[in-house]
Amino acid sequence: MPLLYLAMREDGYLSENGMQKVADLTGITPAQVQAVASFYVMYKQEPKGKYLISMCTSISCFLMGADEVLTALEQSSGVPAGESDGEIAVEHAECIGACGGAPACLVNYELIEGLTAEKATELVQWLRNGQPETINTDEMQTLFGGRTSFDWAIKEENAAVGPYPAFPPFGTAAENSPTLEPGRGS
Amino acid sequence: MSYPKVITKLMDEHPSDSHRYERYVASGGYEAAKASLAKTRDELVEIVKESGLIGRGGALFSTGMKWSFLAPPRPAYLVVNGDESEPGTFKDRQLLERDPHQLIEGTIIAAFANEVHDAFIYIRGEYPKPARRVQQAVADAYSEGLLGKGIFGTDYDLDVTVHLGAGAYICGEETALLNSLEGKRGEPRLKPPYFPAAKGLYMMPTIVNNVETIANLPHIINNGPEWFKELSACEDTGTFLTSVSGHVQKPGNYELPHGITWRELIYEVAGGIRDDNDLKTWIPGGASAPWFVPDLHLDDPITKSDCAAAGSMLGSGAVIVMDHTTNVVAAAERLVRFFAEESCGQCTPCREGTTWLDMILQRMLSGAGREVDLDLLHDVSDGISIGLGWPPKQTTICPLGPSAVSAVKSILEYFRDEAEAYARTAGEVPVTIGGEQ
Repeated sequence: MPLLYLAMREDGYLSENGMQKVADLTGITPAQVQAVASFYVMYKQEPKGKYLISMCTSISCFLMGADEVLTALEQSSGVPAGESDGEIAVEHAECIGACGGAPACLVNYELIEGLTAEKATELVQWLRNGQPETINTDEMQTLFGGRTSFDWAIKEENAAVGPYPAFPPFGTAAENSPTLEPGRGS
Repeated sequence: MSYPKVITKLMDEHPSDSHRYERYVASGGYEAAKASLAKTRDELVEIVKESGLIGRGGALFSTGMKWSFLAPPRPAYLVVNGDESEPGTFKDRQLLERDPHQLIEGTIIAAFANEVHDAFIYIRGEYPKPARRVQQAVADAYSEGLLGKGIFGTDYDLDVTVHLGAGAYICGEETALLNSLEGKRGEPRLKPPYFPAAKGLYMMPTIVNNVETIANLPHIINNGPEWFKELSACEDTGTFLTSVSGHVQKPGNYELPHGITWRELIYEVAGGIRDDNDLKTWIPGGASAPWFVPDLHLDDPITKSDCAAAGSMLGSGAVIVMDHTTNVVAAAERLVRFFAEESCGQCTPCREGTTWLDMILQRMLSGAGREVDLDLLHDVSDGISIGLGWPPKQTTICPLGPSAVSAVKSILEYFRDEAEAYARTAGEVPVTIGGEQ
């Protein structure tokens, strides 16, 4: 599974070429690789562009108005849920573990809690006009967020660099930091 | 009103740096791990058994018992389940983000007690920030000699690997998680024969424990099982971390003793219902649990046995509160949709049944409900979970399918009039659904 994330980091999504490489490395067939990849929603087999907005629409976010926020995201970006315009992709997501700060969404898997329809529209404009190279959860929360599930308390230095999780070695802005080592750390 | 804190104490007292090694050690951290390495496996299993610690992922099974089932062949593995995905649940996220060293110390204790030299911390893919915090803490623990070869200057070796999932609720089920960790599709395995303690990761004996369960271990070792038992004034022991969400004034994670009432939790701890609205219903233990209603359950104590007696469960500790403005049929549809989307597809009753339930509910909500729909909902539910009882008599490998039935069963039982109204709308103008205006 980490290999699939590495392949996504190379191409921005999980391409056929990427799956072929993973198959070569692991000694299984490309069909077997795809069987695994297709099981998990985070392995995207088509390009998503620079920014993937995953809006939670599960029960707690639903109760707090997530459907309106999703509509605002779709309308302001012009991208229907499940699609991408090459720059921004919008999707609905199942529970992302931010129920106390509902409604919530992820941008490139970095979290914003306490969203409103208005703030969601501003978020889309910020992505479109600002074209941020890295996506930092604290920065977005300050600009567009509201109530959080709990006190975040600790400043987050890392940031996402593409539409896949920012976890070493799959790609974080602070990847070259001397302490944050991939793998076992030894 | 305040309750003693155990697993959220450090982050409460030192919010800005509770994730750092220096702070953790300055607060007495890693003393329990050191003490544990001087004990035997039998002694540690006995202490944990005696403490009454139960699994906090949702199954609420005795942790000590689970450990005692570990079969003889070696190597054995330990897997820490951080695939928290049950709708309504966000407690493990806080433990991972804010106090990762507590988790690592617990992992060392559990690993040593189960003769494990390779432990894995599986964190859901949507949690890259918590995973980075844990990865950093693991790296620090290696450089301090607390992980790796000969930890704490003993001859005991322990490697810990942080693994990131890729978006699949079902991987929170322990055997699905093991398949996922092996690089396969996250489909649950049949039990028997694939009980993890006998045939787990790579078919070797494996212990799978939830993040909150593991986080409790250092405190049990430091303070003893008797202290742990006294944290709750009832038969359940220790504290529990509950995630409260929905229509309450103060949603959030709260560490509480067992045995307080739902009324105290909802009206005191969580500040009551928003806008002084009336409480309509709440889900006591994550999206999988049958609902509770104020007339019957508000003054029940929050314990494993009281919840079970009332036909539901404490589950993952996620409490989802709905006020009187809630369209319960729309809420049930949203819950069922989750399970329909997340079904792994192995078992027909779940794969087909959850989808059918969702389609029937969507049809009702769209204004095309028919008189037969309530009976149909009941029949399809019965095909997934025979008799619609609790705990469910499941027709499937894992409990995902029967979990979808909980919401349906709850609206049929407590809000039948509202469901009936939707079942008679065939041909009428489409009704408003949930938040869509």
